[in-house]
Amino acid sequence: MLRIARTLALLAAAAAASGAAAQDKVSDGVVKIGVLTDMTGFYSDLAGPGSVLAVKMAAADFGGKVLGKPIEVVAADHQNKPDIASNTARKWFDEEKVDAVVDLVNSGTALAVMPVAAEKKRITLLSGPATTAITGEKCTPYNVHYTYNNWSLANGTGREVVKNGGDTWFFITADYVFGKSLEADTAKVVTESGGKVLGHALHPQSSSDFSSYLLQAQASGAKVIGMANAGADTINTIKQAKEFGVTPKQTLAGLLVFISDVHSLGLDIAKNMYLTTAFYWDRTDATRAFSKRFQSHPDNAKKAMPTMVQAGLYSAVTNYLKAIQAAGTDAADAVIAKMKATPIDDVFGKGSIGPDGLFRHDMYLVQVKTPQESKYPWDYYKIVKTIPAAQAFPSVEAQACPLVKK
Amino acid sequence: MTQALFGQLLVGLINGSFYALLSLGLAIIFGLLNVVNFAHGALYMMGAFAAWMLSSYLGIGYWWALLLAPLAVGIVGVVVERTMLRRLYGLDNLYGLLLTFGLTLIAEGLFHHYYGNSGNSYPVPEALQGGVNLGFMFMPIYRGWVVVVSIVVCTLSWFVIERTKLGAYLRAGTENPRLLQAFGVNVPVMFTATYGFGVALAAFAGVMAAPVYQVTPLMGSNLVIVVFAVVVIGGMGSIAGAIVTGLGLGLVEGLTKFLYPQASAVVIFVVMAIVLLIRPAGLFGRVK
Amino acid sequence: MIRLRSPEAWGWIALLAIGLAAPFLVYPVFAMNVLCLALFASAFNLLLGYTGLLSFGHAAFLGSAAYVTGLAARTWGWPPELSVAAGVAVATVLGWAFGSLAIRRSGIYFAMITLGFAQLVYFLVVQMSWTGGEDGLQGVPRGKALGVIPLDGQYTMYYFVFGAFLAGFWLVWRTIHSPFGQVLRAVRENEPRALSLGYDVDRYKLVAFVLSAALAGLAGSLKALVLQFASLSDVHWHRSGEVVLMTLLGGMGTVLGPSVGALLVVTLENYLPGLDALSESPSAQLRLLSRLGKLPIPVVIGGVFVVCVLAFRRGIVGELRALAARAFTAVKRPSSSTTSSE
Repeated sequence: MLRIARTLALLAAAAAASGAAAQDKVSDGVVKIGVLTDMTGFYSDLAGPGSVLAVKMAAADFGGKVLGKPIEVVAADHQNKPDIASNTARKWFDEEKVDAVVDLVNSGTALAVMPVAAEKKRITLLSGPATTAITGEKCTPYNVHYTYNNWSLANGTGREVVKNGGDTWFFITADYVFGKSLEADTAKVVTESGGKVLGHALHPQSSSDFSSYLLQAQASGAKVIGMANAGADTINTIKQAKEFGVTPKQTLAGLLVFISDVHSLGLDIAKNMYLTTAFYWDRTDATRAFSKRFQSHPDNAKKAMPTMVQAGLYSAVTNYLKAIQAAGTDAADAVIAKMKATPIDDVFGKGSIGPDGLFRHDMYLVQVKTPQESKYPWDYYKIVKTIPAAQAFPSVEAQACPLVKK
Repeated sequence: MTQALFGQLLVGLINGSFYALLSLGLAIIFGLLNVVNFAHGALYMMGAFAAWMLSSYLGIGYWWALLLAPLAVGIVGVVVERTMLRRLYGLDNLYGLLLTFGLTLIAEGLFHHYYGNSGNSYPVPEALQGGVNLGFMFMPIYRGWVVVVSIVVCTLSWFVIERTKLGAYLRAGTENPRLLQAFGVNVPVMFTATYGFGVALAAFAGVMAAPVYQVTPLMGSNLVIVVFAVVVIGGMGSIAGAIVTGLGLGLVEGLTKFLYPQASAVVIFVVMAIVLLIRPAGLFGRVK
Repeated sequence: MIRLRSPEAWGWIALLAIGLAAPFLVYPVFAMNVLCLALFASAFNLLLGYTGLLSFGHAAFLGSAAYVTGLAARTWGWPPELSVAAGVAVATVLGWAFGSLAIRRSGIYFAMITLGFAQLVYFLVVQMSWTGGEDGLQGVPRGKALGVIPLDGQYTMYYFVFGAFLAGFWLVWRTIHSPFGQVLRAVRENEPRALSLGYDVDRYKLVAFVLSAALAGLAGSLKALVLQFASLSDVHWHRSGEVVLMTLLGGMGTVLGPSVGALLVVTLENYLPGLDALSESPSAQLRLLSRLGKLPIPVVIGGVFVVCVLAFRRGIVGELRALAARAFTAVKRPSSSTTSSE
C-alpha cells in the first residue's frame, strides 16, 4: 500500500516538475523551421535557395540555439503546387516535429498551408505571397504576413508616382487574380490621388510577346504604364518597351519588381523605372553589412544580393526566435502573442505586427539608376521616398480579418 | 482605330513569321521522320542560351552565333537521334513523344538549376538597333529583320524539301525506307541529318529570339504546345502548311490580343479543334 | 467471375489487405493522395492501354470535377456524397462532349484535340471568379459521410476514399474483363478489322472515353475533399503529362500498372528531396542515393521517362508479368485464355 502510494506520489511529483519545466520547455527538444519555397519555378530567384540561406543565417546569427535547444532548418520545394505544399506541410507537422513553416512564396500555396498550420497550432511566417486575403478574409491565428502585400505595392508606387507628375496611367496586367487585384488596388490609389486610368490590357500569364499590349499603351497616350504582372512577364514587358520606343517617352511603373529582375535585365534596359520595395541592400550600413555577408556566403551559388523576400524572411525568423526566447516556450499561442506584442526595428525594417498578422513597416519608393549613375555592382536603386508604415499598409479595419475583435 | 488595328496586324505578322520559323523544324521532323519532337521548345531555348553563352563566355557576337549556336545544338540533336530516337522508329510515335518529353524535362531542369529563372539579357546587335517610325507605329528594325530572315529560311527549306533531289530522297525515305536503301541511299545517315537539321532550325529560332525575349530556361515550355498546334493545323506532313499556319496564327493572335487579349493564349487551340474537325489531316495535310 | 483459387482472387485479396492496412503503415494523407492519383491513372489507362487512344487533356476531367466538388461542398454546403456525385456528373458531361468530337480523329490528332479542349477548360477555370484563379478554391469542408460520420479525421477519410477507389477500380477491372473490353482491345490492335467485323467502333470508343472521364472525375472529386482545396495545377497540361508518365512507368496494358506508377511518382515528388538527409549516412550506397535528392525533381522525372521509354516500355508491372510468365512457362498448361496485353 505504502509502496503504491509512494510510487504515485513520485509520479505526481514528476508530473508537477515536468509541468513546471514545460513552462520553458521546447517541444521535442528542438526548434525546427521548415522553409517551403519554390526551388525550380518562377520564384526560385527571388525566394528559393536564397530563402533557405536567409533562414540558416538567421538561425546561425541567433547562436544556433534558443532556450538551450538547437535550431534546425529543413527545406522543401513546393514547385508552386498547392497540393505538394499542403502535403509537405502536413507531413512536417505530423511526423517531423516542425514548429514553423516559412516563406511559402506564391499565394496559392500560402492559402493552402495556412489552415493546416492553424489546425495543428503551428506558426506560418509568410514572405513573398501577395494577396491581401491572407490577413483579410482568410486570416488565421498563427500566421504572420511579412515583407509586402498587394495593397502596399499598389499604394507605394501608385500614390507617389502620381504625386511626381505621372497622372495618366495604362495598365498591362497579368490575367490572374494576382495581376487583376494589383491593378484594381493601384487604379483606386491613382484615382484617389487625382490621376486617371486610361485603359488596360490583360495578358495570359507567361506570355512572351508584349508588343501588342505596348502598342495599345502607346496609343492611349498615358504618361505611366503600370505593369501589374511579375517575373518573366515583367522582364519581357520592360525589355520590349525599350525595343518599341515606348520608354523613355512613357514611364514604366513596376508594381512587383525584385532586384533579381533588375539584375537580369541590366540597367540599360531597366533604367528610370519606378518600383516599390520593402528592402534595399544599400540603404544603410546595417543592411549593407547583412547583404554583403549574404552575398559572400558559401551557400550562395549565384553571389546575388538578397531580395526583399529573402531579407524579410531573415528578419521574420530572427524575430520568431526572439519571441520564443521571450515567451520561454515554442508553443504557438505564446509565441504568436509575443510576436504581435513586440515592435520590430532591425536590419529589415521598422514597424509592428498587427493583430491580423500583417507586419506593417516602412516601404521605399525607388527609381532604377541609369548605367552612368551606377558606380559599383548591384548599385541599382536610388531611394526616392520612404513611405512610413501607417501609409504603406492597409489599416487593421480595412483588412477586416474575422479574428480581430472590433 | 484603324491605325491602331494596322499596328496590331503588323505586330501579328511579325510574330507569325516567328511562329512559322519555329514550326518549320517541327514540321520537318514530324513530316519526314514521323517523330513527335516534344523537345522542340527546349531546343529553341538551348539555341538562345547558346547564343548568350557564346557572347558571355567567348565574346562571340550575334552574327557568328547565328551559325554556331544552331550547329552546336544540332550536334546535340544528332547525338540524341543516334543514341535514343533511333531505337523507337518502328514503334508507335507515342514513344517518341514521351522520350522527347522526358528529355525536355531534363534539359529545362538542368538549365534552370544553373541559371535560375530570371534569365539573362541578350542585346540587340548594333547594326539592327533602333527603329523606323511608320506613322501608325514605331517599328523596331530588328523585328523587320526577323520577318525577312524567317521568310527567307522558310522559303529555302520548302524549296529544298519539295523541289530538289535531296528533298525527294527525304520524302521517299519517309514512305519506304527499305526501298530507298535498296537504291543505295544511306537512309540512317539521312534520318540523322534530317533530325539534326530540324533541331538546328529550332535553335536558329532561339538565336533570333534572344535579343527580344529574355533568355530564360522556361522560355520554350509554353511555346511548344502552341507550335504543335500550328503544325497540326497546317497538316503534319506539310512544310508549306506549317509556314502558312504560323503566319496565320500570328495574325489571329494579334487580332485577339487587340479585341479580347485574355483569350490570346487559347485561341490557337480553339482554331485547331475546329480545323481538325472539318479537315481531318489539317489544312494542307495529306491523309496517309 | 473470380474463381476463388485463381491468381486474380489472390490479387484482389492482396490489394484489399494492403489498402486496409496502409494508413497505419504510411502517412494517411500521402496514402489518400496516392489512391486518388492511382484511380486517375487507372481511368486514363482504360483509354490508352486498352483502347489505344492517347488523351493529352485528361487533367480537364480531374480538375473540373475537383472544382465542382469544392464548390458544392463549400458554397452550397452539400454532403460529401452529393458533392462527389456533382463532380463526377460534370466530368462525365465534359467527357461526352469532348469525346464525341475527338474520336473522329485518331493518333496524334486525337491527342492534340484533347489537349486543345483541356486548354480551353484551363482558360475557363482561370476566367471564372469562383474558382479563385491561381489562389485556388480553398477551404473545402469534408462534411459527414452518410450524414453522420464526420470525415475530418484522417483515418475515417482514408477509408471513405479507399471505398470509392475500390468501386472505381473494380469498374475498370470489370470493363477490361468483359466482352466490351475485348472489343476495345480489338479496336486498339486493328481498328479497320474490328470495323469490318461489324462493330460500331466509334460508339465503343466514345463509351470508353466517357467512362474514363467519369472515373477521372471521381478521382478529382475525392482529391478535392482530401486536400480540401482545388487548384490550377489540377487542370494544367502538366498534370495530363504526369498521368501519362504514371501509366507508362507502371505498365500500360496492365490493370495494376497505373496504380503502381502513381505510387512511385507521388513518392518521388514528395520524398525525393528527403533523400538529401542520407548524405551523412555511413553507407556508401545510401550516400550515392542522397545525391539523387540534390537533383531538381523535373530532371529526375524526365530521367525516369527516358529510361522507361528506352528500356522498360512494358512498365514495372508489365516487366514483372513477363518475368513471371517466363518463370512459369515450363509449369503452365497450354492455355486458351489470352490475358497478355502489351
